[in-house]
Amino acid sequence: MNKDKMINGIISAILLALLFGLVVLLDHTLPTTGIAMTVLQKCCIYSLVAVSMNLLNGFTGLFSLGQAGFMLLGAYTYGILTIPVDARPSVYQYFDGGIVQFSVPFWVGILAAGCVAALFAWLIGLPVLRLKSDYLAIATLGFAEILRAFCQWDKLGGLTNGSNMLRKYPSFNTLLFPFTVSVICIAVIVLLINSSYGRAFKAIRDDEVAAEAMGINLAHHKRMSFCISSFFAGIGGALLAMFQTTVQASAFKTNMTYEILLVVVIGGLGSVTGSIIATFLFYLCSEWWLRFLDSEIMIGAFKVPLLRPGFRKVVFSIVIMVIVLFARKGIMGDREFSVAAVRRWFGKHRSSGSEGKEEKA
Amino acid sequence: MDFASFFSKNLPYLLAGISVGGQYALIAIGYTMVYGILRLINFAHGDIFMVAGLLMIYSTTVFPLWVSIPLTIVVTVILGMMVEKVAYKPLRSAPRMSVMISAIGVSYLLQNLALYVTGGLAKPYPAIPGISATVTIGPATTKWVTIITPFLTLLLVVLLMQLINHTKIGMAMRAVANDFETSRLMGIQVDAVISMTFIIGSFLAAVGSLLYFSNYPSVVPTSGAMPGLKAFVAAVFGGIGSIPGAVIGAFIIGISENIIKGAGWTTFSDAFTFALLIVVLLVKPTGLFGEGAKDKV
Repeated sequence: MNKDKMINGIISAILLALLFGLVVLLDHTLPTTGIAMTVLQKCCIYSLVAVSMNLLNGFTGLFSLGQAGFMLLGAYTYGILTIPVDARPSVYQYFDGGIVQFSVPFWVGILAAGCVAALFAWLIGLPVLRLKSDYLAIATLGFAEILRAFCQWDKLGGLTNGSNMLRKYPSFNTLLFPFTVSVICIAVIVLLINSSYGRAFKAIRDDEVAAEAMGINLAHHKRMSFCISSFFAGIGGALLAMFQTTVQASAFKTNMTYEILLVVVIGGLGSVTGSIIATFLFYLCSEWWLRFLDSEIMIGAFKVPLLRPGFRKVVFSIVIMVIVLFARKGIMGDREFSVAAVRRWFGKHRSSGSEGKEEKA
Repeated sequence: MDFASFFSKNLPYLLAGISVGGQYALIAIGYTMVYGILRLINFAHGDIFMVAGLLMIYSTTVFPLWVSIPLTIVVTVILGMMVEKVAYKPLRSAPRMSVMISAIGVSYLLQNLALYVTGGLAKPYPAIPGISATVTIGPATTKWVTIITPFLTLLLVVLLMQLINHTKIGMAMRAVANDFETSRLMGIQVDAVISMTFIIGSFLAAVGSLLYFSNYPSVVPTSGAMPGLKAFVAAVFGGIGSIPGAVIGAFIIGISENIIKGAGWTTFSDAFTFALLIVVLLVKPTGLFGEGAKDKV
């Protein structure tokens, strides 16, 4: 049994190394501003955000709709702290160069983004986590909107630049960077889920009363899950800010949260790999592979009906509704893709032997 | 500042607040009735309201006004019923969260459909004679719709209360809201009652959209999201499940929001609504008029 585990570990490590190799290769071959590069970067970032949301909604059973708010905090914290001092007068042109007159290295900015989001999550969690199910959802959604209003408030303009955008902070132009950060963060989340804390989270999700009877401190664990999820949402927000090179509060609307939630549901509430696969499928399809649905196509003299800007999103929403209604468990349900699972599966179906190569992160 | 000058300075905002409050009230009734019966936050309700706005725009380009107004209302009602039949009914025995996710999915679908149909352009809302004309009251100039809205709202609410308190279907609605399972055992056609709830909700949302969008130059696919959320807050504030509560909550929210705008805090007019929601949920989760509920906190 132990040997089996070791083999699984080695294969997983090799796959991960191959994936890293592939990413480095893509970095050297793909044009840096091409669509493939942009979409893959976006996929890496949203994978992290989706997994962080899944930690809360899928693993702890806390139905929160505040993700966009925490991403907003992360993005703003990163932007505010890392804009170079000499660029500040031009960014904060309406606010006398802003009140923050220092800047920190990018990695400090990213960590700070997570920490600020987690701090706010702690504060918001104090009152909000007493609520249940849909009331929790609507209260977290409300807090996200309140945070957005504060970021756009011109009295805080020296800090947040009011409703103007933040820009000129350090960003990235490789795939390796968002990939590495996401892999590290997701790995931490996976370790957490597999720890005793993670088992406590799942116990709370499955039955709060039973979990409490088994000696799990509900308030403590819920708060912990909420803060950790927000920490990684904050980091995701910082990465998103770097990806976009500018950040503006008006972009972080509830629709953003809805979209991430739908991605998590497609992947399966309670499956980390499900979220990752769904994110890649969702954004690769919607931003790249299905783009042709948005342009008018002529086959000979025949104009393909319905195809015009916006059709892609309609097709997408219909697919999502079908999944929500008929495949409620999503792609993975609450199972995980892992080398061990694939080997077990191959053991069972040795005679039929089909391929099951999937991404592993 | 003495009262008279405060009053005359704030009169335009007060009028706008009463008007918007009435429009929120018409949407909020849809939320509160659906929540009362299905325990579902119907996230798609705001988008149905938006679709009603778009329907009005498209139908006035083809039909005269006296056809397009009833047509808009009828199509909106059919849409509301279809959403329930397709997206919520199959999930009746599923966990509550699945139904809520389905509602979010419907909202996403309706917004994307609207985006596709309009091509992402803001569509100008047609002027409706009689309610789009301007009128001057003391120091304030406003549209007739501002004056009409509160009265029309109150009239519709009184009619609705009559329906709920004095008819057979109204009694069935009260029974289902009180105890879903028992009323089914008593032979009430629960599905018909739920359909009726969605019909009433969509009808009022369509009327609300006629009034609401007359005050705005145009409709975009996201126009329904914010009024929808605010109407939901109004329903919670008034006590979810209570129709008079929703109406009073909506007026309070509409007026406060506009007074806040008048005081130069426009950025926070939306945030205020949510702050109010959170305070209500924490301090008095049953709202102003709600009955004692079991599973909110």
